Amino acid sequence: MRPSQLTSGIAAGRLDKDTLAENFSDLHAPFTAHEAAVEADRCYFCYDAPCMTACPTSIDIPMFIRQISAGMPEAAAKTIFDQNILGGMCARVCPTETLCEEVCVRETAEGEPVEIGRLQRFATDVAMATPQPFARAASTGKTVGVVGAGPAGLACAHRLAMHGHDVVIYDARPKGGGLNEYGIAAYKTVDGFAQAEVDWLMGIGGITLEAGTGLGAELSLDDLATKHDAVFLGLGLGGVRKLGLGLGATSAVDFIADLRQAADLTSLEVGRNVVVVGGGMTAVDAAVQSKLLGAENVTIVYRRGKDAMAASGFEQDLAAQKGVTIRHWAQPIGSTPDGMEFEYTTQGDNGLEGTGETFTLPADQVLAAIGQTLNPLDGLDHADGKITVKPGGATSRKGVWAGGDCASGGDDLTVTAVAEGRDAAEDIHNSLMEG
Amino acid sequence: MVDISANFLGIKSPNPFWLASAPPTDKEYNVRRAFEAGWGGVVWKTLGEAGPPIVNVNGPRYGAIWGADRRLLGLNNIELITDRPLEVNLREIKQVKRDYSDRAMIVSIMVPCEEKAWKTILPLVEDTGADGIELNFGCPHGMSERGMGAAVGQVPEYIEMVTKWCKETTRMPVIVKLTPNISDIRYPARAAKAGGADAVSLINTVSSITSVNLDDFSPEPSIDGKGSHGGYCGPAVKPIALNLVAEIARDAETAGLPISGIGGISTWRDAAEFLALGCGNVQVCTAAMTYGFRIVQEMEAGLKQWMDEKGHATLDDVIGRAVPNVTDWQYLNLNYVAKAKIDQDACIKCGRCFAACEDTSHQAISMVGPDGERRFEVMDDECVACNLCVNVCPVENCITMERMETGAVDPRTGQTVTEEYGNWTTHPNNPGAVAAE
Ligand SMILES: Cc1cc2nc3c(=O)[nH]c(=O)nc-3n(C[C@H](O)[C@H](O)[C@H](O)COP(=O)(O)OP(=O)(O)OC[C@H]3O[C@@H](n4cnc5c(N)ncnc54)[C@H](O)[C@@H]3O)c2cc1C
Ligand SMILES: Cc1cc2nc3c(=O)[nH]c(=O)nc-3n(C[C@H](O)[C@H](O)[C@H](O)COP(=O)(O)O)c2cc1C
Ligand code: SF4
Repeated sequence: MRPSQLTSGIAAGRLDKDTLAENFSDLHAPFTAHEAAVEADRCYFCYDAPCMTACPTSIDIPMFIRQISAGMPEAAAKTIFDQNILGGMCARVCPTETLCEEVCVRETAEGEPVEIGRLQRFATDVAMATPQPFARAASTGKTVGVVGAGPAGLACAHRLAMHGHDVVIYDARPKGGGLNEYGIAAYKTVDGFAQAEVDWLMGIGGITLEAGTGLGAELSLDDLATKHDAVFLGLGLGGVRKLGLGLGATSAVDFIADLRQAADLTSLEVGRNVVVVGGGMTAVDAAVQSKLLGAENVTIVYRRGKDAMAASGFEQDLAAQKGVTIRHWAQPIGSTPDGMEFEYTTQGDNGLEGTGETFTLPADQVLAAIGQTLNPLDGLDHADGKITVKPGGATSRKGVWAGGDCASGGDDLTVTAVAEGRDAAEDIHNSLMEG
Repeated sequence: MVDISANFLGIKSPNPFWLASAPPTDKEYNVRRAFEAGWGGVVWKTLGEAGPPIVNVNGPRYGAIWGADRRLLGLNNIELITDRPLEVNLREIKQVKRDYSDRAMIVSIMVPCEEKAWKTILPLVEDTGADGIELNFGCPHGMSERGMGAAVGQVPEYIEMVTKWCKETTRMPVIVKLTPNISDIRYPARAAKAGGADAVSLINTVSSITSVNLDDFSPEPSIDGKGSHGGYCGPAVKPIALNLVAEIARDAETAGLPISGIGGISTWRDAAEFLALGCGNVQVCTAAMTYGFRIVQEMEAGLKQWMDEKGHATLDDVIGRAVPNVTDWQYLNLNYVAKAKIDQDACIKCGRCFAACEDTSHQAISMVGPDGERRFEVMDDECVACNLCVNVCPVENCITMERMETGAVDPRTGQTVTEEYGNWTTHPNNPGAVAAE
């Protein structure tokens, strides 16, 4: 008999193919041209627009929306790509509710912001049906080595290529894209968009991707520094924090990576009772996708209150809407034959304290989403577990820049990684052209 | 109890809302539905001479401009007068009037500028039992090329002449419909009056080209790659119509001549404004073509409620009330001083007022508050009270114009605001000023 949501333990194929396809389809359906026109019309073309200030890549949002209104989505997309070459992915994954849309004056006026993210997707979808629109400057004869083909590395590489430099991207993984390919929730980037975007972006030319080539394994920083005129590190956060206690937890990031790479979702195993420990975007994504794969009960347990969760209100609501239970103020203390044991927590004078009261949750599968870490790199200064960078991304080592999740400062978001990669490219360019 | 029944030239209708002569009134089927929906009267789609029927284009006859969410703001048409046989129209008019005797039935007419043509058709119309006729001297396209419509309406002498022929021939009240495509509306209105017209109605449509197709460079609506100017109507023309109505209402020569107001009327409020500027009733076309006949119910309810709230018992309490307040620029009180004021609680901080004032007006709005926050405030020492910020602000009543009190000093001019009325005719900067005694 085919497994169902009620099958005990861990099982694959709890839901049939069609249901899974439906569950993992686009979270926000793309706008039709009519919907885009109606929505674009709501933009007030604010002066010194708050949305633009809130966007880490400073896209000229009122301008691109006006261009949509005026029937020129391609021009709108160009406005977006000028600032953010991964505008297509950002349109899908940015937590707009805490960025541009949060400060939209329509939000102030009537509690309904202009749907900037979906408008951005509309414009970029139209434009990405054709080759990327930027031309390369005359060759400078300089080469730059970029480590990591995530948003930071890709944005950096594209901008460097535009300025006429030759770029080699090294990535330890078999495919480019970074977390766009391995981490972002499947329903945010459907139909192989992440790879399509990498290919489209590389269409500018002058960028080679050497996949399966890892810094620390196949390469050293010194090798890179010798080979190239400059180096950019966009490694992301390769390590994950582990739940001790011998609880047999899997990393939520690995769980999601497997899901993103699965050719056939019916072959993916998921528990009947899933417990996710953590309070960020990764916790929500792992929980929601477990539920969508057919788990009967999925619970997120977070050791602090709702407001302290790194996942946005929108993400928390999404989890609730998909049937995920979120429990606050509890931390794992061990496992029992019935499942996983938690102790209630409270904010004491010296930080978080256990209250002594406990509860147990049935748990066939435990996913840990309590944070990712960077394995420190030799020869570079670090602060708070990340590579120390100056504005513009320069590290403590001459000729080496860093950006994205692995670098200090900024939120760990796709759009921030793009901004940092782009800005580092400009800094590298200035430095190469001076010297 | 508010009474909105209208008596226009002795023609009674249960409300002042008539459908203008146009497609909504082109046949019995529509007009019956209109009366069932509650319209007080109709002006039947313009009739032409007996003989071979009028031929319309077989491609698109309308063009439009839109606002937010394709709200139709202006409509353009190249339709001609009725293309149905005269006898059919006359028969239907008679039947409908018989069945709806409490509604106004006006017949619009346009025949060649010859006495015989007019004197032939009038008895046929009279025979239908219609309450009155409207002379279409307004249609700006097609018929004007044949010496009719606006071609007559643009020559005051013709207006007077044709009106006279009609008055000599028929006992029915004669309404002369005017074209706005003229430089001074008072001349055709005076001519109508001189010809003995019982009333004028206005406006007919404004000559227009709505758009140009940028693929094949044809004006639109496009007929096989070519376009012709059409007539513009709908909300966009209302300000033009209001002004033309007011010009006639306040002209010494035509003051008191009954007016049927037309042009962009879409809601009860628009209708009330036309009444206030001196119209005895109103006619509607585009709003009905956009939303259907049921809108008359909103108009009726809205007008009644407003009149009730204001204590106006009948239409006569409203008609013409705004006319004395329409004046020439030179008589406006230059001692009236106002300043824009932004309600900080209502402000959503879009900054449109800032962009408008800073880039195109008087640099009178600041955008940084005392703590460096985004805050828009009017600087009274720069504000000339132009009202642009009010007009571009997306939030209703967020920016208001506040009159400065007598005795206060205007920080922009350093002058004390006086209670005294003072206008340009006596202003010291006016070379032609009448010296104050
Ligand atoms: C599960 C999950 C969901 C997320 N969802 C969202 C979301 O919805 N919206 C959002 O804005 N952000 C989201 N984020 C965060 C976002 O994905 C990251 O902030 C962003 O991808 C960071 O980009 P990056 O280029 O710095 O690093 P990454 O995307 O992590 O890319 C780093 C690249 O470097 C490569 N690499 C690592 N080590 C080496 C090495 N030693 N040698 C060579 N290559 C190496 C990796 O293979 C990878 O390709 C999510 C993160 C996770 C984990
Ligand atoms: C399609 C169309 C046809 C019209 N035909 C006539 C007509 O035959 N006779 C006439 O006097 N006015 C005609 N008009 C003008 C209308 O009666 C009216 O004067 C004008 O549309 C302005 O009013 P509105 O803004 O309410 O539409 C026509 C208007 C339209 C849109
Ligand atoms: S009324 Fe005119 S001058 Fe005064 S603040 Fe507004 S836009 Fe500026």
